[in-house]
Amino acid sequence: MYKLTLIIRYLLKRRITHFAVLTVALCVFIVVVVMTVMNGLVGQFKQKNHDFVGDCVVGTKSLVGFPYYEELMDDLERIECVEAVSPVVKNYALLRPQYDREQYVELLGVDPVRHSRVTNFAQTLGYHADDPANAFVPVYEPNALGCVLGIDLVLWRDARSQYTHDARPRRAAFSLTCFPLNARGAPAMAGTTVVSNRQFYYSDNSHSGIARVDGSTVYIPLEQAQSLCMAGQRRRVSAVHIKFRPGTDLRVGVEEVRGLWGQFKQKRIDAPDGRLLETVTVEDWKEYRRAFIAPMEKEETLMSVMFGFVGITTVFIVFVVFYMIVSHKTRDVGVLKSVGASCAGVMGLFSGFAFVVGLLGSVAGIAGGWLFLARINRIEEWLYQRFGFQLWDRTIYAIGEIPHEVRVHTLAVIALFAIVACLIGALVPAYSAARLRPVETLHGGRT
Amino acid sequence: MGQRPLILKAERLHKSYRMGATAVKVLKGVNLAVEQGQFVAVIGASGSGKSTLLHLLGGLDRPNEGTVCFDDRDLSRMRARELNRYRNEMVGFVFQFYHLLDELNVLENVFLPAMVSRGIVGWWGTRAAARRRAQELLEQLGLQDRAQHKPYQLSGGERQRVAIGRALMNEPRLLLADEPTGNLDSATGNDILAVLERLHQAGQTIVMVTHDERVARRAQRVITLTDGKVKI
Repeated sequence: MYKLTLIIRYLLKRRITHFAVLTVALCVFIVVVVMTVMNGLVGQFKQKNHDFVGDCVVGTKSLVGFPYYEELMDDLERIECVEAVSPVVKNYALLRPQYDREQYVELLGVDPVRHSRVTNFAQTLGYHADDPANAFVPVYEPNALGCVLGIDLVLWRDARSQYTHDARPRRAAFSLTCFPLNARGAPAMAGTTVVSNRQFYYSDNSHSGIARVDGSTVYIPLEQAQSLCMAGQRRRVSAVHIKFRPGTDLRVGVEEVRGLWGQFKQKRIDAPDGRLLETVTVEDWKEYRRAFIAPMEKEETLMSVMFGFVGITTVFIVFVVFYMIVSHKTRDVGVLKSVGASCAGVMGLFSGFAFVVGLLGSVAGIAGGWLFLARINRIEEWLYQRFGFQLWDRTIYAIGEIPHEVRVHTLAVIALFAIVACLIGALVPAYSAARLRPVETLHGGRT
Repeated sequence: MGQRPLILKAERLHKSYRMGATAVKVLKGVNLAVEQGQFVAVIGASGSGKSTLLHLLGGLDRPNEGTVCFDDRDLSRMRARELNRYRNEMVGFVFQFYHLLDELNVLENVFLPAMVSRGIVGWWGTRAAARRRAQELLEQLGLQDRAQHKPYQLSGGERQRVAIGRALMNEPRLLLADEPTGNLDSATGNDILAVLERLHQAGQTIVMVTHDERVARRAQRVITLTDGKVKI
């Protein structure tokens, strides 16, 4: 019982203890805020990529594409766990607006209805979210070819990450130019030249929330993309995107698709253009988008390592504080031992003290972090209005609000880490205190 | 009056400390026997080994040679747990500089030994009794009005009385006092000695070390320690 009593008294009476609690609280606060924001950003980015791609992709990196995709889709749709599939043509093109400079874009040929079943394509549309079937129909020129432009290609994003939408897409024509490749991968003649060129009208925009996609992607109808980019007898696509039924384990689903793909390829490898199937891989959405996700995850890992150093600093600060406390309390240790306290008891006293310091610091840090995160967007808005300062310049970074959703699991891990750090920091001083010989501590001094 | 049973017996006690490269011999074969209910004063000059002897008798330190037996039990053969219990229940210490805990008030300082011997659960069961016992002790020591004060709010004599209260909390069979008046003026020191005398009259066994002959004369028996040995 003396341990609890003394822990409470040390906490209340010793000012240095307040600094120890404050130090832990500050460390926890920083970790909570930065980890929450960073986790939120990475989580959002992953989710957006998942939404953009679907669950699984059977595709090739080659611009030549692969044939027999209709049969593949038929086979895929027969798998129990597959909910929908969408064929996609991917290529690069030159976008030439009527009154602006040309620019390089990524071309995605999709069937808007099928693609909306697999990805969140429909939800990203500015004007046809409820009617993706007409996404490629320009309202001002219904019989013309339409295209969906990444939102940053047509609209200006303001400092609050907002776009100014017109009531309906404004009339604008774009010319798309690309090099069609035949099944052997050679440039194919398109008329009299080796480039194919076609005019499209702006029918809608797509806001995926992925800066790279929104700033450089043009969606056109699948058949148009095939005729623009892929010459040859058999129609080809770059990929077939797949959505699994809810509740399907991603790994299990992907394995099932891999199994099917292996048999499918085996059957058609000797068919005309069948060798193109060799370049096709089956990947889940994370693997498929790893070139984009990996750097973010790297940053997250780097951040964790940096917070590892914060943790080490906490351990060291707690060590110093406890070393000072124990140095000032050696006489108490002697007194306690003279009235029968054991070495384990003395060690327990200082370890318990460290535990309480860690616990209080964690609670204070978490509470402070939580409050700060709840107001982080308001604080940023205030800073922007007052000083024109933005943590992330929204004209550059495609994020809306700063993520502030606190995950209980993350908080629990941070609190546990802080408490363990305190216990580690107090270990040596507590052990030294426990090993003190009472006769060494009871000479001299008053009270 | 017949001879009373021995409560404490020290035989051929040797103790030395290292001071850098040299070993300083403090006790050189001390023999001592204390009967139950005796008030023994150990007198000696500064550095004669009085406090060291007291620490050995109280189980705060271990001798290099020799034995200390309490009720025929050799302290050196006791396990750490038994030795802690010995210090908690059998012995009460009174130090020259009081050594009260600053964070606790007077009452809490007095019942500290009762808290040490009990865990949280055990303490809740005996808390009321311990508080009563501590309050009784404070009344006996004339400190009932000081129960809620902090040690720094007390005079030297009052602090020493609190230290005596703490030493008596678990009703130890042996009270060890290390220069209990050494830090007090003579009037206050007399008060403290009067308290010890009262305790002795009530049957308490006391071993007190002092360098002051006048203080030692207040004890029932005086042992002189010279150059690490008991002077015959």
